[in-house]
Amino acid sequence: MTTVGAPVRRREDYRFLTGQGTYTDDINRPNQLYAYILRSPHAHARIDGIDSAAAAKAPGVVAVFTGKDMAADGVGGLPCGWLVHSKDGSPMKEPPHPPLAIDRVRHVGDPVAVVIGETLAQAREAADLVEIDYGEEPAVVDPAEALKPTAPLVFSDVPGNLCYDWSLGDLAAVDAAFARAARIVKLDLVNNRLVPNAMEPRAAIGEFYRATGEYTLFTTSQNPHVIRLLMGAFVLHIPEAKLRVVAPDVGGGFGSKIYHYAEEAIVTWAAGKLRRPVKWTAERSESFMSDAHGRDHVTHVELALDADAKFLALKVSTIANMGAYLSTFAPCIPTYLYGTLLAGTYPTPAIYVETKAVFTHTVPVDAYRGAGRPEATFLLERIVDLAADELGIDPAELRRRNFIPADAFPYQTPVALQYDSGDYQTTLEMATSAADYAGCEERRRAAMARGKLRGIGIATYIEACGIAPSAVVGSLGARAGLYESAAIRVHPTGSVTVMTGSHSHGQGHETTFSQLVADRLGIPIENVEIVHGDTAKIPYGMGTNGSRSLAVGGTAIVKAMDKVIAKGKKIAAHLLEAAEADIEFADGKFTVAGTDRSKTLGEVALTAYVPHNYPEDLEPGLDETAFYDPKNFTFPSGAYVAEVEIDPETGRLEIVNFTAADDFGNIINPMIVAGQVHGGLAQGIGQAVLEGCVYDKATGQLLTGSYNDYAMPRADDLPSFRLSTHATPCTHNPLGVKGCGEAGAIGAPAALTNAIVDALRPLGVRHVDMPATPEKLWRVIQQHRSPLAAE
Amino acid sequence: MQKTVSLTVNGRPVSATVEGRTLLVQLLREQLGLTGTHVGCDTSQCGACVVHVDGEAVKSCTLLALQAEGRSVLTIEGVATGDTLHPMQEAFRNNHALQCGFCTPGMVMSALDLVKNNPNPTEREVREYLEGNLCRCTGYHTIVLAILEGAAVMRGEAPPANVHGAAAE
Ligand code: FES
Ligand code: FES
Repeated sequence: MTTVGAPVRRREDYRFLTGQGTYTDDINRPNQLYAYILRSPHAHARIDGIDSAAAAKAPGVVAVFTGKDMAADGVGGLPCGWLVHSKDGSPMKEPPHPPLAIDRVRHVGDPVAVVIGETLAQAREAADLVEIDYGEEPAVVDPAEALKPTAPLVFSDVPGNLCYDWSLGDLAAVDAAFARAARIVKLDLVNNRLVPNAMEPRAAIGEFYRATGEYTLFTTSQNPHVIRLLMGAFVLHIPEAKLRVVAPDVGGGFGSKIYHYAEEAIVTWAAGKLRRPVKWTAERSESFMSDAHGRDHVTHVELALDADAKFLALKVSTIANMGAYLSTFAPCIPTYLYGTLLAGTYPTPAIYVETKAVFTHTVPVDAYRGAGRPEATFLLERIVDLAADELGIDPAELRRRNFIPADAFPYQTPVALQYDSGDYQTTLEMATSAADYAGCEERRRAAMARGKLRGIGIATYIEACGIAPSAVVGSLGARAGLYESAAIRVHPTGSVTVMTGSHSHGQGHETTFSQLVADRLGIPIENVEIVHGDTAKIPYGMGTNGSRSLAVGGTAIVKAMDKVIAKGKKIAAHLLEAAEADIEFADGKFTVAGTDRSKTLGEVALTAYVPHNYPEDLEPGLDETAFYDPKNFTFPSGAYVAEVEIDPETGRLEIVNFTAADDFGNIINPMIVAGQVHGGLAQGIGQAVLEGCVYDKATGQLLTGSYNDYAMPRADDLPSFRLSTHATPCTHNPLGVKGCGEAGAIGAPAALTNAIVDALRPLGVRHVDMPATPEKLWRVIQQHRSPLAAE
Repeated sequence: MQKTVSLTVNGRPVSATVEGRTLLVQLLREQLGLTGTHVGCDTSQCGACVVHVDGEAVKSCTLLALQAEGRSVLTIEGVATGDTLHPMQEAFRNNHALQCGFCTPGMVMSALDLVKNNPNPTEREVREYLEGNLCRCTGYHTIVLAILEGAAVMRGEAPPANVHGAAAE
């Protein structure tokens, strides 16, 4: 019986529920040392000198290393994996990023030296004895400020702090459309900076084996092979065959554990120098100042409409904060994962977007759940709502009038992407009816009678997932391919080990992939074992990001199973003395078509490994590897409806309803999919009303550096969610799946902000920037002289 | 300065030599090898480290190991009976109340404490009680459902209808 489509309980849960997960910090290696990293307390300063003599002599200290030590040993800088070109064809500015700062620190938290001790306490205490002579210099943290001619420079050879000035789309067509528009709607908005905050802090253990010259790095990573490639080839110059990277159980990533971080290189290099394992685990305050942040855009957007309220053209200008250095995938986020999504769910014929990426004295910014797509969705769904307001049209109606019709697929957008499938009318209809959108006016009046402001907001979204077709992304500047790998090892007695290049850090691959394999091979789920996260065990894989695991990694598994079945047919044909073309495989059995003569997968496997009676020209064994490079992105889409009530006296906001209707294509485990949506929604809601990373503009200090200052969503901040799904299968992968990991974080900020603005509309409010905290809402209400408050 | 601390952990008497500044969570994780209790923050905010001390939920990052002298500590490793999950653990599994699993031990220990003090909590009470436990993966939706189910089973009632209709594999 197939379990595909069933809410199978997760196979990984038992170990996590009994405290038997193995996260990186749970691992201890014999004779291990501990690293404590000294970080810059300044946003911008020269390093005029480092005196580590006293620290080196402190009890238990084995070594103190600085950036100069690493550079002298030939250690390279942390590489960037994506090259973006400016409008004028010039390549982006790509300044060096040493693992330990050498002569200058560029953000609070920039690593400067590492103290390595017998115990962590000894290393930490000795760190106080390291004397660093800083020459403080002025800093800039705001991306718009960084472009001003008077702004302090992050790199002396990067004028104007401009990393690149990129554009996409047909400006002339957009300008022509604006010239004949019946109405133009404009908005300035900010997409607030976020700190990803996976609950497991990053950690890394480097180990060196003297006998073989091999290194092992245990690390909190979403993609161990990517780390092996980047660190081995570019930073430490260790041949890949001598470097094993293990990402064991990982406690959440959300993008922040994709990148190659300095600490990984530091502990691996130090382990080689000291011939002992070296362990580092971030304290949460270090996570805040060293994990790559997300978002941080300043945007101006204009939408042109014709007299029938059809969208004619969209023009977007964005300044995107890169932080102090280029993180691994940073340059592609506010460009190819952002500008290409600006058609959204609409057939807007002309679109132009330009993005200026700037360096500032802040933590590097890179992909965080959604990565570019939440920013695109937010501006698009805000400007559509604003247009509805200015035209006096219901926001649902304006969207309906403009959607790409369900029969228009494949649909080529003017910003490079071709959507393969979708049905935006249906998901909007599902979400609005489940949320009783029509009944909102009455609820608004009832709330008004209680002195509350009630509002409802819609957002639709489209995302490009299943990242990514290698040739396409290669032409856009990616320095890697983004295929996925899988190996299927059928054991002699018919149980199966699946080695996947995808990495699970909460997504439940051990369950979903097992369902998939059990279904196709017709064997019980218990006979399937999923292996991931260890470069010594799995084929070269790109790991998990961009909602790609099932669409790309799952398809690689299907391809490998196809090979297993194809070889199995040859073996079965021999055993059954039939023609290979007559063998059919179903329900775990190879059968001669039209007969009841068959061999089970187990029998065939045993023959493959004990080939006493075996086809002459066939290799023994039943062990196949496949790589899958997708032909296109996948395009999950959906509609969200949020409903809120605001107390005008206090600014306190209550999310009274949150309804989602998503199209993820086919679904293998609906329970896991729902969980992915819940988590995404929580992060999207967090961005909309709670979370914001704040730097002090004058000093560059990180003001939100702990859970006391950075508002994480807690259980009582969030509502229960109402979910539904509708499937238009992906047309170009065999599973028809699209990916579900990021949707919630993409659609929720706009839905919630639209609801908030709707609630405040009676006061004349036209936009509220995120996060809409009670304090901000209270101020906005005061400024607009609330008639309610005045009563 | 090193001192010996003796306590009961998951029903087993243990002694260890600790420093005055050693935290209970460090004793558990680093000296006793009980790595199910996690550290997610340095400001006593996240609840990944919750254990029970003499039956009360405590953030083990806020207690010195020496303060546990003579006391009885229950960690996530001691919650199941042999290979059989506790009804609260089972409810977490039924409801997909964990993803990466990092917050999970603290969540389960907090949930047990909640139900001990309030055997029949409302959804609102569960949400408010969880104020001290952060989860970044689940959006809490399924954690709340799991705790309501776990509480019902612990009261001896049939579990409420499972929203996912989760199937045993
Ligand atoms: S580790 Fe976060 S509260 Fe104890
Ligand atoms: S399950 Fe990952 S933090 Fe809760």
